[in-house]
Amino acid sequence: MTYSVRSATVRFGTAVALDDVTVEVPAGSVVAVVGGDGAGKSTLLRALAGEVSLDDGTVEAPPKPRLGYLPASSGSWAALTVTQNIDFVAGIYGLAGDELTARRAELLDRAALTHAAGRLAGQLSGGMRRKLGFVMAIVHRPALLILDEPTTGVDPVSRIDLWRLVSEAAASGAAVLMSTTYLDEAERAAHLVVLDRGRVLVQGSYDQVRANFTGVVTQAGQPVRAEWAWRRGRVLHEYWPGGDPSPPSGPPAASSPPAGTTTVAPDLEDIVIALSMARRNAVPS
Amino acid sequence: MLGMRAMIVKEFRELVRDRRTLAMLIVMPLLLLVIFGYAANFYVSSVKTAVVGPQAAQTAKMLPSFFDVTMTEPASTQADAETLLRDNKVDVAFVTGQTPVLALVNGSNLFAAQSAVAALNKVGNQVKTQVLYNPDLKTSWVLVPAIIGLILTFIGTIITSIGMVREREAGTLEQLAVMPIRPSRVILGKIAPYFLVASLDMIVVTVLGVLLFSVPFNGNPFAFALGAAIFLFVVLGLGVFISTISQTAGQAIQTAFFFLLPQILLSGMIFPLEAMAAGVRWIGYLLPLTYFTMVSQGIMLRGAPIASLWLPFVVLTVMAVVVFTGATLRFRRDLAPGRPASPAEGQPAATETVSTT
Repeated sequence: MTYSVRSATVRFGTAVALDDVTVEVPAGSVVAVVGGDGAGKSTLLRALAGEVSLDDGTVEAPPKPRLGYLPASSGSWAALTVTQNIDFVAGIYGLAGDELTARRAELLDRAALTHAAGRLAGQLSGGMRRKLGFVMAIVHRPALLILDEPTTGVDPVSRIDLWRLVSEAAASGAAVLMSTTYLDEAERAAHLVVLDRGRVLVQGSYDQVRANFTGVVTQAGQPVRAEWAWRRGRVLHEYWPGGDPSPPSGPPAASSPPAGTTTVAPDLEDIVIALSMARRNAVPS
Repeated sequence: MLGMRAMIVKEFRELVRDRRTLAMLIVMPLLLLVIFGYAANFYVSSVKTAVVGPQAAQTAKMLPSFFDVTMTEPASTQADAETLLRDNKVDVAFVTGQTPVLALVNGSNLFAAQSAVAALNKVGNQVKTQVLYNPDLKTSWVLVPAIIGLILTFIGTIITSIGMVREREAGTLEQLAVMPIRPSRVILGKIAPYFLVASLDMIVVTVLGVLLFSVPFNGNPFAFALGAAIFLFVVLGLGVFISTISQTAGQAIQTAFFFLLPQILLSGMIFPLEAMAAGVRWIGYLLPLTYFTMVSQGIMLRGAPIASLWLPFVVLTVMAVVVFTGATLRFRRDLAPGRPASPAEGQPAATETVSTT
C-alpha cells in the first residue's frame, strides 16, 4: 500500500504553502521531508493527515483509525502521567484490558520510558516527551505514521532512540512520513523530499539525489561570488551551476569555477543549500 | 536610563498589540464609571402595587404616588393578593375590607420592600404591614440565590474556557482532530466534567446557604434543578465560545472577565433592575444571570411554581440553545478537517535554515 499527496496546492490567503507537490509514502519505508522554516513541511504532513484541505490535488490516506500523527507541538497532555497519556489515546482507539497492558509495557520498554511511567508528561525532558508522543502515535499500530519534526530540540541520545523507534515502525510495515530539520536524518531515510517555499526542490533516495545533482561545489577561504557561497566549518563552499571549471586560458564564466579551484563531493547539506540558492537566484539547475 | 527607555518602548509596543489588555485598560474604566453612575442606585422611586378587596378603588386613590397601583381588584381576596406577590407581579398588595388595611410586601425584592416598608411606616396605624418571603428583610436571603447563579457563571465561563483553551495552547487539539473520535464527542467529553462539578458546587452552595444563613427553600427542588441545568448550558456555552476566541489561558480569563463583570453589576443581583437608568437596564435584560436570579429567588424564597416563572425559563432555554449550539459549532470548526485560521509555518525564511549535526 502506498499513501500519497499528488499535485497538492495549499494556499493560506495569498501565501502559497504548497505548490504542486507530489509525495508518495510506500508501506514499510521512511520518507523524510526536509526544508527550512516556512518550506511547507508541516502543511504537507497535515494535508496527508487530513488536517488541511487542498486547494488543488488529491490525498490518499488511510481512515483515521489507521492513522498515527505526532504534531510538532508537545504531543502529550502535560497534566497526565506517561501511563495516563497512553491509556487515554489507547482508549480512543478502542484498546483496553490485557491487550492495552501488554502493548503499553512493550512500547514503554522499547522507548526506554518504563522507569518514567508514573511521571507527569509536563515534567519529562524534551527527548522523553517526544518519545512519549511517538509511543502515543503508534499505540494502535497505524498503517500510516506522520511525524512532525519528532527529533527537533531532542538530545543526541534520545534522537538515536527515536530513530530506532521510527525504523522499527517502518520495519513492521507502517508507511512513515516525517519532517526533520536534521539533514543527517534525511540521508538515512529511504526517500527524501527537499521542500523550499512550498515546492519540491528535489526528491529521491540519497544516492539518487546526489547522482542527479548538476553543477559543481567548490571550497575556498574566500568566495568568488558571495551570493553563491556558504560557510561549512572553517571553509566556504560555493556553488557553480554551470559545472566544469573554465579552461585556464579563458575568463571565468559566471557559473563555472575558475581554474585551479578545489572541488568537493557535495553532501546533502551542500545540495540543499545549492539548489535553494539556485532557485532564489533564478538559475535553472 | 538608556536601558529603561528601551524597556518602556518595548512594553508599549507589546501593549499596543495586546488588544484585550488595551481594552481592559481603556474600555473597562469607562464601562465601570458609566455602569456605576447609571446603575448603582439602591433607591427605588416607586413600587408596583395591587389593591384588592371591597374598598380597593377608594384605597387606591388615597395611596401616595410612591405606590404605583397597577391592579385594582375589588373581587379578589388576600389569597389572590399573595399569589400576585408570589408570582412577582407586584411588590406590594393592599388587602382592604378589614381594619386596619393589610399591606403585604414582597420581601424577595429587597430594595423595593425596604422602601415600601419605610413608606408604610409613615402612613401610621391605618395600615398593618406584613412582609412575606423575607420577613426580616435579610440581604443574605436575597443574595444567596443570586450567588448560586454567580458561582455557576464563574465555573461555566472561566473554568470551562481555560480547560478548553488548554488543548489549543498545548497543541493537543490538533492531535484530537486526527483521532477517530467525533468532534461532538470531544466537546461533550470535555464539557461533561465541568457540568458535573458545577452541579455539585450548586448543590453544596445551596445547602450551605440554607444551613448557614437560614435561607428558606420553599419551592420545588426539581424546578430549581431544571432551571440551574438550563442556565449551566448557557454559561458553559459562553465558556466554550470564549475558548474559541482565545489562544491562551490568560486571554480566556481576560475575556471571561468581560462577560462576568456586567453579570455581577447589571443582573439585578446587587443593584435592583427597576432602579437602574433605562440606558443600562436593557443590558441587564440581555444577561443570563438576570433570569437565573429570577428563577432561584422565585423558587427558593417565594415557592413560585414553574408556571409563574415561564418567562425566565423560556429566555434561558432560548439562550442555552443559541449560545451552546453556536459555541460548539465554532469549536467544532477547529476539530474538523479543513483550513486552519492561519498557516502553521511562518514566512519563507533565509537560505541558512537547514542544519546538520
